[in-house]
Amino acid sequence: MSSEFDITETLDVKGASCPMPVVKTKSAIDDLDVGEVLEVVATDSGSMSDIDGWASGTEGVELLDQTESDDVFKHYVRRTE
Amino acid sequence: MSTDTPDASADDAPTRAELAARVDELEAALDDDGQKKMSIIATKGTLDMAYPPLILASTAAAFGYEVTVFHTFWGLDILHEEKSGNLKLSSVGNPNMPVPNVVGALPGMDRVTTSMMEKKIDDNDTATIEELLETSLEMGVEFQACQMTIELMDYDEDDFYDGVTTGVGAATALQDMADADIQLLV
Repeated sequence: MSSEFDITETLDVKGASCPMPVVKTKSAIDDLDVGEVLEVVATDSGSMSDIDGWASGTEGVELLDQTESDDVFKHYVRRTE
Repeated sequence: MSTDTPDASADDAPTRAELAARVDELEAALDDDGQKKMSIIATKGTLDMAYPPLILASTAAAFGYEVTVFHTFWGLDILHEEKSGNLKLSSVGNPNMPVPNVVGALPGMDRVTTSMMEKKIDDNDTATIEELLETSLEMGVEFQACQMTIELMDYDEDDFYDGVTTGVGAATALQDMADADIQLLV
């Protein structure tokens, strides 16, 4: 993965299943400043679609990247507002 | 007899300014404050039926929705501090259950199927009902307990989690539904 952004915080939601990855991502992003990037580390395979859907349906956040490796799903979300 | 409707005279016709004002008024009513809203009515208190309203409420809150969940009849048990941790799964009425209905109807079977489900919830790290409730409350979801059914079930207003709104009825729920972008009955 090319790292064109700096990660400000990492949220570990490994083991948690729907709806917790999205819900905790929302709470964590609210604690960041505008422009900062949250890394979300999950093992819920549904989080790929869920975080994507949440980011497109939510104002003030931008999904920068999603990766999958060894059943670990990583999501990079920037706070834009 | 004439059924002709006479044309409105020029004097009665609204002026352009009046029309513009009316259009603005209607658009304002449509827009609201731009806040997206969801209204859920939760009527069921079995373990399986307690999940959908809570999962959708917390997720909608994460999307920035203002969420109200109106709990009535058995749905009150989800908000009940003592009962919410002991919601049961019915072993009859669902042909997908691992036991035939005729066996499921035996005494104690609800407890068996409930324990099986609780074990699955635990094994899968699925959030518990209490966790979902507390998370939703933290995220600003408004949980309402229907006053009429509180009295019908002989519950006390203090039986519910802190932060639960009591003293509300169908008119409150209806108003929330009328204002909401999404309305669900569970």
